[in-house]
Formats: sequence, structure tokens, C-alpha cells
Amino acid sequence: MSASGAWMVSLVLAPLLAASIALVVGRRSGPYAALAAAAAIVCSLAGLIGQLERHGAAASAVGGWGSPLGIQLHADGLSVLMLLMSALVGVGVTAYAWGYFGLARRRDEPFNAAASRARESFWPLWLFAWGGLHALFLSGDIFNLYVALELLTLSAVGLIGLANQRTASFAALRYLLASLVGSLFYLLGVALLYGEYAVLDCQRLLELVQGTRATTCALALMTLGLMLKTALFPLHFWLPLAHGNSPAPVSALLSSLVVTACFYAILRLWCTVFANAGTPGAGMLLALLGAAAIVYGSLQAICQQRLKMLIAYSTVAQVGYLFLGFAFLGRSASAVLAWQGVVYYALSHACAKGAMFLAAGSIMRSAGHDQLEGLAGIGKQLPVSVFAFGLAGMSLMGLPPSGGFVGKWLLLRAALEAGLWWVAVTILAGGLLAAGYTFPLLERALANRAEPWVARRVPRGMELASLVLALCAVALGLVAAQPLELLEIGAPFQPLASQEANP
Amino acid sequence: MTTAQFYALCGVVLFAIGFHGVVTRAHQLRKLLSVNVMGSGVFLVLVALASRATGGHPDPVPHAMVLTGIVVAISATAVALSLVRRVHEGDAGEAPGDDAREAGP
Repeated sequence: MSASGAWMVSLVLAPLLAASIALVVGRRSGPYAALAAAAAIVCSLAGLIGQLERHGAAASAVGGWGSPLGIQLHADGLSVLMLLMSALVGVGVTAYAWGYFGLARRRDEPFNAAASRARESFWPLWLFAWGGLHALFLSGDIFNLYVALELLTLSAVGLIGLANQRTASFAALRYLLASLVGSLFYLLGVALLYGEYAVLDCQRLLELVQGTRATTCALALMTLGLMLKTALFPLHFWLPLAHGNSPAPVSALLSSLVVTACFYAILRLWCTVFANAGTPGAGMLLALLGAAAIVYGSLQAICQQRLKMLIAYSTVAQVGYLFLGFAFLGRSASAVLAWQGVVYYALSHACAKGAMFLAAGSIMRSAGHDQLEGLAGIGKQLPVSVFAFGLAGMSLMGLPPSGGFVGKWLLLRAALEAGLWWVAVTILAGGLLAAGYTFPLLERALANRAEPWVARRVPRGMELASLVLALCAVALGLVAAQPLELLEIGAPFQPLASQEANP
Repeated sequence: MTTAQFYALCGVVLFAIGFHGVVTRAHQLRKLLSVNVMGSGVFLVLVALASRATGGHPDPVPHAMVLTGIVVAISATAVALSLVRRVHEGDAGEAPGDDAREAGP
């Protein structure tokens, strides 16, 4: 096995191994297993990036068994950037959860069976989800993509169900059903593709796929299924409830990583497998839905009374930006620029949204609730968390210097080059709307409060974790050149750029 | 129409029936059963595809996919069933608060 193959296997195996250990040993091993996994992931990712920079995109058949019966791993610039996102947010959330769940019950805390169950179950579930994410980002064939998606979904459902409330169970169940329906649509698409071409490997499919009727059906089924999992408007019905009622670290993971991972699957299909079958008309439809999501999600977010529901609706809106890239199908030159912008935006959105949910969790822990009305003066209690929330909001609005600004800037440039004015207008309007739902909290936080606070203590680590993630979102605006260079490895968007030449 | 095509068509019909159930039925358990019907439809399509291989032997790859799919379906059904139970019994000592109203029926 090549060096890059070994690093890829280690990226998938380390979190899965740590999850199994945390599950079997139980009790207090979880946080330490997660720490070990995080260290292994950071090292493996650094190793993989080093290998890819030297040798370009890499493929590896695990144990010598490649596609279709074995597991085919594939890494290019797109996978690496997604892995980078998962490592950044994952480490931040792990650090936050360390404080959020606590290593053990504090002496002054009454025994609570449900809280203690959540404390133990969080770690293996999160580590399984982390492994699922990495398997998804490194999958080289469409069936393994399905298995990774299911691994991710099942762990995410468990994480949502951690909160010991009927609402949480209901949200988890609804998410699971929506997600299963999405997966089955995807699987039927896989069946059609296999029936047509008898291969599962993404790169082979890229060479073989043509716009036959079965292929178009498969593309429609797979895209529809994944749209449901990504919660693209109008299929977002399950998202706000699930993301708004989970424990804070879980909300952060779902909104920043899980949603983006499902989007990654769509992107991988359109820019590799179906590069020669996707039509500009279908792409335009997806982009229009994305624009509708931006407007609808933002307006809903502005109307929310609860902080976490507000952030959840903001995710509905932000998912819309990711789909704007589809408007550029068939426009070779600006398409690559637009997809770079989209992927960069996904990366910075993950950091910003993670920071926002984590900050909201600290605020909720301190105030005991997240009703916006009752949060006047919280800025004096939790200056670090409110600052992190503000920085993250800045990236969502797309103000410079922030990762969100770079992503929107690339998209804007592509839109102006291609003459797609409505895309440019949507991007700018979305930024204003994001300001509309970020400022109300900041305004209340900085207001004076007449009655004294009965605030509970928030561990310092929680506040710092959200601040670090928010700073990452800002720093992405300052060091844009290196990540964009990484994205170029293996030229993941090349098939789309050459689409015009051989239709 | 060959036998394989007939089976594949049945699979697609099953998939559609299951999808109809998921969308129209209100009861969570019925939704879950409908998802399982959808799954069986997909598996039937895959098994039908396996007969297309040349040389007299059926293609093993769709069979492997069906086996994996069944494992996933069983795990997901188990998780969903336990969640259905939790939703219907309600967790002890935890009265549904304001949030429950947003959840709807």
C-alpha cells in the first residue's frame, strides 16, 4: 500500500477504533479516546496533504480489494479541503464537549440518569460520525458513498436523540425517516447506474457515463435523495427541529459538518460521475432552489424567538449558497471559479456555524434558556462567547476579512463574468439578511440589564473553543491562497470545465 | 419482457408504493414500515440486475450490495423502532415543554 493510502486508511480507521474503545470500555474513556483520535487524525491529515502535494491525487484499494467488491479510496483537492474542515470543526467540538459534558459528575451536581447517559453516549456516537465523515470524503465509488452516508446518518440520529426530551426523540425520528428515504432514492440511482454501466468506481464512471435515459433517471433520483439529506429548500422541513433541539456540540456538528458532507456527495456526483450527463437546465433549477433557500431561511431566522432555532434556520439559508454553483454548469471558465468559491464558502461556513452553535450553547448554559428576549446584558456575563458569535456572524454576512467574504467574492466574480446577475444580487441580499438575524442578539447582549443575573458558571474551555472556531472562520479570509492551492490538487472540477468542449 | 425485467419493474412499483406510504401516512410506525417496503423494492431491482451477467453465472456485485443494504436497513429500523417507543411513551419526568408544540402532531 502506498504512503498516501496508509494515511487515508488511518483517517477512517482512527475515529472508528476510538469509537469502539469508547463504546466497549465506556465510563470515562470517551474523552480520552476522542483526544487520541483527534491527534491521529491531525497527524494523518498532515501526512496525506504532504503526499498529495508531492504526487497529486491518490487512489488506494484497501487490502488490495478495489471496486466493485472491495473498498476504493480516492483523495483529491476537494476531499482534502473537506477533511481539513472536518478536522478543524471536529477538534473544536471535541474540546468544547470536554467542558460541556464534563469528565465526571461534579460533587455539587445531583445524580441524573439521563445526563449521565448522554455524557457517556456522546463520545462513541461522535467518533463513529467522525469516521463516517472521513469515509464519505475519501470514498472512491458510489456504493461506498452510500455506506458512509448511512454510517453518518445513524450516528447523527443517535446524537440528536441524546437530549432527554420527547421533542428530541421526535426530531431524531423525523430526521431518520427523511434520511432513510433520501438514502433509498440514492440507492435506486446506484442500481440504475450499475445496471447501465456495470461499474461503481467514480473515475471509471466519469469516462463511461453518457446522457442516456437511465442515466438521467439515476442522476435525478440520486440528486433528489441527497437534496433531502442536505435539507435544500423546500426539503428542509426536518432540519430546524433536529438542529435546534440537540445539545450544543451536536447542533454544531450537524449544521457544520453533516449537512456539508451530504452536499459534498452531490458535488462529487455532479462534478465527477455525471460531469457529462448533467444539463445546464437542471443545474439552474438547483441554483434557483438555493436562492429561494437563502431568502426563505433568512426571513425565518429573523422571525425566530429562540437563539438556537434562529441559528438552525440560518443553516437552511446558508445551504442555499452551496447550490448557487450549479447555475454555472456549462459555462466552462467561470464554473471552476464558482465551485472554488462554493467549496471555500462551505469551509468557512462550517467554522462559523460551529462557532455560533457552540457560543449559543455557552449562552444557554449560563442563562438556562435561549429565548432571545431574556438575554439582555448577556455580553457582560459571557464576553468571549458573544464576541465569538459576532465574529462568526461577520463571516456569514461576508464582511472582509473573513472566509465567508472570500467565498462570496469568488462566487460574485464568477457571476459577473458569466453575466448571471440574479446570482450576484442573491449573494449580496443574503449578506444583508444575515446581518438581520445576527444583530438582534448582539444588540441585546450589549444592552444594559436592570435586574441582576443568576447566571450559572460556564467552563472556560467551552468559551475558548467557540472563540477559536470563530477565529478560524476569520483567518480563512487572511490565508485564502494556500487552501485554494490545495483545492487544485487533482483538478476536481476539470471535468466540468471541459464540458463545453465535448458535450 | 424477460423475467428479470418483470422483477425489476415489480421492484420499482414496490418502491413507489412505499414512498406513497411514507408521504401520506401520519403514524410513525406506518412510515417506518413504508420505508422498509421502499427498501425491499430497491433490493428487488438489484437482484433482478444480477441476472444480466454473461457466462451463465449471476453477477455477484449486486448481491453484495443487497446484503450490505439489508444490514443497513435492519440497523436503521432498530434505531427507528426504539425512537418510536420513546416518542410514544414519553420519557419519565420530562414533560413536553414549549418545544413540543412546534413539533406538531
